[in-house]
Amino acid sequence: MQIQPVLAALRRHRLATLLIVLEIALACAVLCNACFLIANRVQQVGMPSGVDEASLAGLKLTGYDPAQATDLNARVLDGLRTIPGMQSVSVINAVPFGQHAGTAGIKLSREAQKIVGVVDFYVGGPGSFEALGLRVVSGRGPQTSDMSAVADFLPRSAPVLVTRALATHLWPGADPLGHVIWCADRPYRVMGVLDHLARPSGGEGGPETREWSVFVPALPGEHLAGVYLLRAAPGQLDRVLRDARERIARIAPEVVVDIEQSQTLPQLRDRYFRDDRAMAGMLVGVIVALLLVTALGIVGLTSFWVAQRRKQIGVRRALGATRSDILHYFQTENFLIVSFGIVLGMVLAFGINLLLMTRYELPRLPVLYLPAGALVLWGLGQLAVLAPALRAAAVPPVVATRSV
Amino acid sequence: MFAYYLDLALRSLRRSPVLTSLMVLAIGLGIGASMTMLTVLHVMTRDPLPELSAQLYYPHLDPLPANYPSHNEWGDPSDNFTWPDAMALLKAHRADQQAAMAGGRVLAWPVQAGRMPFRVGGRYATAGFFELFGLRFEQGRGWTAADDEARARLVVLSHALAMKLFGRTDVVGRTVRLGDARFQVTGVTADWAPQPQFYADGSGRGNYGESDRFFLPLATALDLDLSVSGNQASWKEGGRTSGNYTWLQVWVRLKDAAQARAYRQFLVDYSASQQKLGRFERPPGNAALYPMMGWLAHQKLVPNDLRLQLWLALGFLVVCLVNIVALLLAKFLRRSGEVSVRRALGARRRDIFVQFGVEAALVGSLGGLLGVAIAQAGLWSVRQRPDSYAHVARMDLSMLALTVLLAIAGSLLAGMLPAWRASRVAPALQLKAQ
Repeated sequence: MQIQPVLAALRRHRLATLLIVLEIALACAVLCNACFLIANRVQQVGMPSGVDEASLAGLKLTGYDPAQATDLNARVLDGLRTIPGMQSVSVINAVPFGQHAGTAGIKLSREAQKIVGVVDFYVGGPGSFEALGLRVVSGRGPQTSDMSAVADFLPRSAPVLVTRALATHLWPGADPLGHVIWCADRPYRVMGVLDHLARPSGGEGGPETREWSVFVPALPGEHLAGVYLLRAAPGQLDRVLRDARERIARIAPEVVVDIEQSQTLPQLRDRYFRDDRAMAGMLVGVIVALLLVTALGIVGLTSFWVAQRRKQIGVRRALGATRSDILHYFQTENFLIVSFGIVLGMVLAFGINLLLMTRYELPRLPVLYLPAGALVLWGLGQLAVLAPALRAAAVPPVVATRSV
Repeated sequence: MFAYYLDLALRSLRRSPVLTSLMVLAIGLGIGASMTMLTVLHVMTRDPLPELSAQLYYPHLDPLPANYPSHNEWGDPSDNFTWPDAMALLKAHRADQQAAMAGGRVLAWPVQAGRMPFRVGGRYATAGFFELFGLRFEQGRGWTAADDEARARLVVLSHALAMKLFGRTDVVGRTVRLGDARFQVTGVTADWAPQPQFYADGSGRGNYGESDRFFLPLATALDLDLSVSGNQASWKEGGRTSGNYTWLQVWVRLKDAAQARAYRQFLVDYSASQQKLGRFERPPGNAALYPMMGWLAHQKLVPNDLRLQLWLALGFLVVCLVNIVALLLAKFLRRSGEVSVRRALGARRRDIFVQFGVEAALVGSLGGLLGVAIAQAGLWSVRQRPDSYAHVARMDLSMLALTVLLAIAGSLLAGMLPAWRASRVAPALQLKAQ
């Protein structure tokens, strides 16, 4: 197929060509950015928590007298342990995707004025570290001798584990083991590094802060009570949690189960990411509608062109052009127009991304999205032009001899 | 003439039903998506208390140490007040009405034995709260400043909570258990639910949620150590009553601009005096007085996600409009023959232009109607969403009118170019070809 005559013909339909180019360009720009937003959301929803979610549940009790906290812990641990299918019950202050309990700013020395980050402290009683199923990449996990009583929400001093993400933020390039983080004027020495551990309420401070967590071993007591980590055999988690809620009514009739926070981790994760899923769903809707509308526009204009050039097509057919020649002509024409649109659209896409980057703190659009978007639009264009082009190819040569 | 053009337009649209429905669908989708997002934004940024908003102000002091980060993940800690500052502002009594407050959730225990207690959200406030915001009482009254001082165990219930606890609202004088303490009911208010909940701490982004179900004296809440929700920041040891712990909100009511100016000066002077005492480290000029709507803008209650969605929807509308331009162009140019005949019979270019303009407007009106339906469906789906603001997303009359107007204006604008192009058709050339 020669391109020269197609271009020459396009020059005679400047306005219509320009409109399709504009439409493709806009579609390309919106498409690339919307897909990028969706990818961001999907990545967030799939974020690893670092714990064995499928076998864990949280249980939160309220309405008890703080003076009775120690007694309550003992009753709950003893009472729930014997539920069939329960692997362990332990005291903890928060679970991933649940309510945050120990959020505080930390410093790197006692005298430092500057807070280097707001992090979440998981304060866990005996057995909780093992129950979570965390992976230690260097150093060691907590032992019984590491556990001390909690003062207000943290022990006065304790050896702790930090996530790799937090360690990289605090001591880039250095071995975190042995370093000390300070919360108010209390020191916490790092004894181990965790592969992953998501904060309870994710990362309010942006994606990179989502794993700024610290695990602190501690002894249950007045200030560490009321939230429990249940670990069950994976298939039995839902039933075990149901049994546990029922049994609480018997072993501690005076307390109230906070149903919202007493859920399995899969349920908590599901609720936590509802907004992101809703946003992604809406974006998918916009993209589908956008592609549909763009395709409709191409079908409409090409149909018009075909109708206008009926006689011209008849002449060409009479002069020996085959059906496939006519078909290819319209396909080539569409390919050229869409290509112009894509070039313009790429510029526009980067412009929009730049705007989003400054106003909504989005990352830069990866270059890969542009060829992908181009392929989609080329495909869409060819699909849209097919029906009108086939109709054009069906024009019989005899049209050329008829007067209109 | 208009009726004639309308008739022509109707005939023309009926002649190509597929093309017509495509255009109406495209306009409808674009308008529907944009109006959904615009409506959500509109209800989120509207005035929550129109009768009083012009007189309500939020004072702002800056008690943070010089090196303290002024923005954390939840907002600016100096947006809230410390206990001593809030009390000083109330004691100075420079405003007509004023109150300090904080939100919190407690366990409420039903009066009938055997029924489960439940968590309920309410507000701890000083005595001026009810008059300040103009709450209406169904029964009884609020409490007094003397009750504040005495840390009295008094509570005002909302209509909804009174019904839930007692099943009736004439409950003044009865007691109710909240958390671990018992409170005497002094009054029941009519339900009061400004959206957004402008007076609450904005950091939770939950200010479109559930309204307050109970009100009790701030000092009593402090006494009982009831849990407080929202952004709380401290930078030195010392509890909630220390000058190093921000957690309270303060609102004042000022009659006019002159009084507001005077109040702002009072805030600056107060900051300066605190700086002399060595308490405040930042410049007194940081003190500010926000009018209510200005405060809401400052709190950035509208989530970024929502703005992003609005931009997407508007981008989508532009794509749809460009599409309309293309389709109308195809439609109008196909009728070059008809145009030529009319021109040859004496119609001016302007007449052709108006004729096609009417046709474009007709497409726009139909698209607008479809857009209203699509927007209603869109808003319904927004209301199914989990966000706290979702349930307020409803269309009012002004948005309805705006939808149709936007659709017509959009398609008129889109029809302009094709109509102009069609009116430039040279009649002689076309007639000869025929």
